[in-house]
Amino acid sequence: MYKIIEARFLAENVKLFEIEAPKIAKKRKAGQFVIIRIDEHGERIPLTIANSDMEKGTITIIVQSVGKTTTKLNSLEKGESLLDVVGPLGTPSHIEKVGTAVSIGGGVGTAIAFPTAAEMKNQGNYVITINGARTKDLVILEDEMKALSDESYVTTDDGSYGYHGFVTQKLQELIDEGKKLDLVLAIGPIPMMRAVAEVTRPHGIKTIVSLNPVMVDGTGMCGGCRVVVDGKSMFACVDGPEFDAHLVDFKNLMNRNKMYAKQEHDALEQYNHECKLDKKIETLSD
Amino acid sequence: MQQLTAKERMKIPRNPMVEQDPNERNKNFLEVNQGYTAQMAQEEAMRCLACPKPSCVEGCPVHIQIKDFILQIAEGDFLGAVHTIKQDNALPAICGRVCPQEEQCEQVCVVGKRGEPVAIGNLERFVADYEREMNKVEIPAVGSSNGKKVAIAGSGPAGLSCAKDLAGMGYDVTVFEALHQLGGVLVYGIPEFRLPKDIVAKEIDGLKQMGVKFVTDTIIGRISTIDELMEEEGFDSVFLGVGAGLPWFLGLPGENLIGVYSANDFLTRVNLMKAYKFPSEDTPVLQVEGKNVAVFGGGNTAMDSVRTALRLGAKNAYIIYRRSEVEMPARVEEVKHAKEEGVQFLLLTNPIQFNGDEEDWLHSVTLQKMELGEPDDSGRRRPIPIKGSEYDLDIDISIIAIGNGSNPLISQTTPDLETSKRGTIVVNEETMETSKKGVFAGGDIVTGGATVILAMGAGRKAAEAMHKYMSDKA
Ligand SMILES: Cc1cc2nc3c(=O)[nH]c(=O)nc-3n(C[C@H](O)[C@H](O)[C@H](O)COP(=O)(O)OP(=O)(O)OC[C@H]3O[C@@H](n4cnc5c(N)ncnc54)[C@H](O)[C@@H]3O)c2cc1C
Ligand SMILES: Cc1cc2nc3c(=O)[nH]c(=O)nc-3n(C[C@H](O)[C@H](O)[C@H](O)COP(=O)(O)OP(=O)(O)OC[C@H]3O[C@@H](n4cnc5c(N)ncnc54)[C@H](O)[C@@H]3O)c2cc1C
Ligand code: SF4
Ligand code: FES
Repeated sequence: MYKIIEARFLAENVKLFEIEAPKIAKKRKAGQFVIIRIDEHGERIPLTIANSDMEKGTITIIVQSVGKTTTKLNSLEKGESLLDVVGPLGTPSHIEKVGTAVSIGGGVGTAIAFPTAAEMKNQGNYVITINGARTKDLVILEDEMKALSDESYVTTDDGSYGYHGFVTQKLQELIDEGKKLDLVLAIGPIPMMRAVAEVTRPHGIKTIVSLNPVMVDGTGMCGGCRVVVDGKSMFACVDGPEFDAHLVDFKNLMNRNKMYAKQEHDALEQYNHECKLDKKIETLSD
Repeated sequence: MQQLTAKERMKIPRNPMVEQDPNERNKNFLEVNQGYTAQMAQEEAMRCLACPKPSCVEGCPVHIQIKDFILQIAEGDFLGAVHTIKQDNALPAICGRVCPQEEQCEQVCVVGKRGEPVAIGNLERFVADYEREMNKVEIPAVGSSNGKKVAIAGSGPAGLSCAKDLAGMGYDVTVFEALHQLGGVLVYGIPEFRLPKDIVAKEIDGLKQMGVKFVTDTIIGRISTIDELMEEEGFDSVFLGVGAGLPWFLGLPGENLIGVYSANDFLTRVNLMKAYKFPSEDTPVLQVEGKNVAVFGGGNTAMDSVRTALRLGAKNAYIIYRRSEVEMPARVEEVKHAKEEGVQFLLLTNPIQFNGDEEDWLHSVTLQKMELGEPDDSGRRRPIPIKGSEYDLDIDISIIAIGNGSNPLISQTTPDLETSKRGTIVVNEETMETSKKGVFAGGDIVTGGATVILAMGAGRKAAEAMHKYMSDKA
């Protein structure tokens, strides 16, 4: 059992957890993830290790509710436990001093990018962060990102906060201003990562993305997480999750991630329905 | 015991295994084989000629004293029989079910030269089940603690057997397992209808009672390197029984379409994660009911996959194999069961391409007919494509079951561990010791995908050598 030491919402549907996992806290490097299982009926889902505290022996994960497992996870509170947490998984980010490095996060992707952005800074780069959200209330980790950046921007699709527009528009502006960018890291929804790759491609700027295929074991055993990179099949859980954005077949990834869409939709509906019933029963018995 | 002549014994027909009806069992996940009754077992034991130089023992990879245990069964001493087996085989209830007896002990049984061999596997299974069902399983005595610590990576048959022997000798044994459940392929690969998970769980319970510690969710090489285990965590010796868990794909166009699974992915979802109970279990598997499913390969993994698909309601379930039936590596019984259950075999047939729609859903596979040519390196006749024989078959789900390579997680983080070109760990075959001092390995990670009995044997051989290593060191 892995105890939840801290749990709080950062934005609607986005929750931060600190979980007791001292060995993982000690070992993990930027860009790595864990696989968790809530209870004995639970699915194994991958979540990036956003941060860790060796002294407290905890790791931080930041979770956006999108389906049954993440919704259930985000209903857990401090003091409760997860049945399984395994990691650290994946190849750590390979970050060196290159000059100017840009970290782009979209939605919960900001949380996934955070540890690697911090590593960019540690390695002595000039760090620019661009973090996008649909609207002001969904902006996360603004202060944390600002603290590690030399320049930081928040963008919102609806213009309710910061720069009005997409992260790619902000990136394009930086390029157009003549800034020499040496490395771009983009993590977020697949269309966003693909769009970033197309912005940087003509300029030959090295661009890294973190891919999020469906996983089971996270050790290279099932091959379900395979993605096409440079025309070759790679296992994202061991060969990745970070890959060269200019070589990734995003269309295949996007399609493959819809593989269980029907089952996922039904499971979430049923879960939400049961939760409502539970609430009703609670109010009745009050 | 009734005295029969050899001739009379040879006349007794082999007792067939009691099986669930094929048209019932292809809809459920309950065990297909129901086992012998005591009477059937004794009758079957009467068929043994008690050869002075029993060839069956030679045919057994771990040299179980087969003749002796069969004589004990004939005398009705079932517990004595299982104790005899356990001297050489730590996991008889499992091996009695999954060993390829027809190419081991039963292949060389003298009775088989003129008819059907003694059903050695069925007898092994019977006595092991008898012991368990009668609650007569004795937890082996544990030697007094010698204060030495052993780490075992992997809880498959290799790791479990190694743990059992070392715990018995008084070592402080910890087994680290990457997954959330113990048992290796026995739980995530081989389905319930062939090997009930309760049996594996009982074995593991026995080890726990012997004091073996199990730590799940722990990937050696990631969370602790082997050096850290030995230098920081105080383990005196390490055994690597991490299996061959890296699925091979065919490398054909369209292999990343939705609906193309590796057998490991498909079987893990269904067996380990219980996806057949979705949504009460959270892990999904693509809908199989009413679909056309093709499984590529001819081994046990292929048979398990195709029979699982059938049980999930597949409309057509095909085995597609590029050689002919004689070359199939699967246990003969599994092939027979698959056929009885309604699996369709497309032999001498090879896929050349997977075809999908705009949204990457698989809808058909292009196949090609093959003919057999000269023997290849494996001694089996090489399949050669027949030009112009290509055709498309409508398929919704494809499962690739052509074997596993070695998972590189441990070798990548242990530079001084010698591996072969294939990625398997190189060992001294007498001692199972690797190139790294104090580190031993056995099972599929050494041999490549093989069998439960070989993994079990390797785990025990290593335990012996580890004992010697640690005793000499002290
Ligand atoms: C390496 C990696 C790191 C990730 N890090 C984070 C993170 O830090 N924070 C975060 O909120 N999310 C992260 N994700 C995504 C997260 O794993 C999925 O959102 C989660 O699995 C969805 O499960 P669900 O049951 O709630 O949703 P579902 O309704 O089951 O699925 C919603 C979508 O999530 C994806 N998904 C479903 N099951 C899995 C699975 N077993 N493995 C991977 N993806 C799946 C599918 O694309 C699906 O369309 C990460 C994914 C990967 C691969
Ligand atoms: C579907 C299927 C059907 C089969 N049917 C038969 C059959 O009928 N008869 C037969 O004899 N054989 C059969 N086999 C083969 C047999 O199961 C294997 O040869 C045997 O299980 C190998 O045992 P092992 O202990 O070496 O490895 P495994 O059983 O593979 O166990 C290895 C364990 O190590 C764990 N692990 C891996 N890496 C690490 C790590 N870094 N740290 C910690 N733990 C780790 C894995 O999660 C796994 O649990 C079958 C195999 C499959 C896949
Ligand atoms: S070879 Fe056959 S007949 Fe001879 S001892 Fe073995 S099982 Fe009995
Ligand atoms: S998640 Fe199974 S191989 Fe990557």
